[in-house]
Amino acid sequence: MRVDIEQKILAANDELAQANRARFAEAGVFVVDLMASPGAGKTSTILATIEALRDRYTIAVIEGDIASKVDAEKVRAHGIPAVQINTGGACHLESAMVARAVDTLELETLDLIIIENVGNLVCPTDFDLGEHAKVMILSVPEGHDKPYKYPNIFQVSEAVILNKYDTLAVFDFDEAEFRSVVSDLNPHAPIFPMSATTGDGVEAWAEWLAARIEGARRTSS
Amino acid sequence: MHEAGIAAGILTSAIDAAGKAGGSRITTVDVTIGVLTEVLEDALQFAWDAAIVDTIAEGSTLAVTMIPARSRCLDCGHEFGHGRYDGTRCPSCEGYVVELVTGRELVIDGIDID
Repeated sequence: MRVDIEQKILAANDELAQANRARFAEAGVFVVDLMASPGAGKTSTILATIEALRDRYTIAVIEGDIASKVDAEKVRAHGIPAVQINTGGACHLESAMVARAVDTLELETLDLIIIENVGNLVCPTDFDLGEHAKVMILSVPEGHDKPYKYPNIFQVSEAVILNKYDTLAVFDFDEAEFRSVVSDLNPHAPIFPMSATTGDGVEAWAEWLAARIEGARRTSS
Repeated sequence: MHEAGIAAGILTSAIDAAGKAGGSRITTVDVTIGVLTEVLEDALQFAWDAAIVDTIAEGSTLAVTMIPARSRCLDCGHEFGHGRYDGTRCPSCEGYVVELVTGRELVIDGIDID
């Protein structure tokens, strides 16, 4: 017997993502999903962002990793609540995992949740978590050709952080070509060259994020 | 292994639909997948074979239809096929305001059950 379904494969994930989105809106909290390769500097970027914005916003972090809790411990050492999700082998976060993590946070007290997705340039792109914005980090040592190889992640991101910019001189990274390809893929995404560890360039990224948070508040009120 | 999550999603929907239709065994599952989803058909087949073990879909065939990427230019209306990363500019008028028509599908079309 033939049964027609005609349903999105990730419908279950999308429905839970919408439920997350409604919860975030009700609590008035802005959620950003940071995606990057392993070692691109996601945790360092989060720590730098916290330092730049902690006077203005109450922040929490959701850390996604295949295993371990070292990232959550680094964030907690800065006095910021952090929940560690261990995906146990999965290469990306799904909305159900985020929902469980959010259960452990005092959502009403927060202005901003930063989600650190699992280090991967492919898998996180198709999974809606209910976030307001996906942002990706590419680090200079990874090379300027990455947008050719992983176009999807550059297209779904609202902004691109070019991290480890202080190492530009020692790597064969063609910034002009990188900018040109990213702008072809995603003409509206700003690119923020920065060094999360030295702090250079962090302000421009943090101000963009703050403007995005304020914008979301205006549209919801 | 992004395909493992996709395979699990397909299986959940298929078993759910089979249960509602009163089926006890799933023999075929038809899915449509756009090339821009970065799902590799071989990897998906591999993940499917692993996911269906000890379920009512064990031994079933996953029939995959891959859909190429196409976009439409909102300036001149030209519709064009393209690759994974070169679809953001109209080849006819060189405009940048284009809308994706196909290529990001992730749809379970239907199943055959006994």
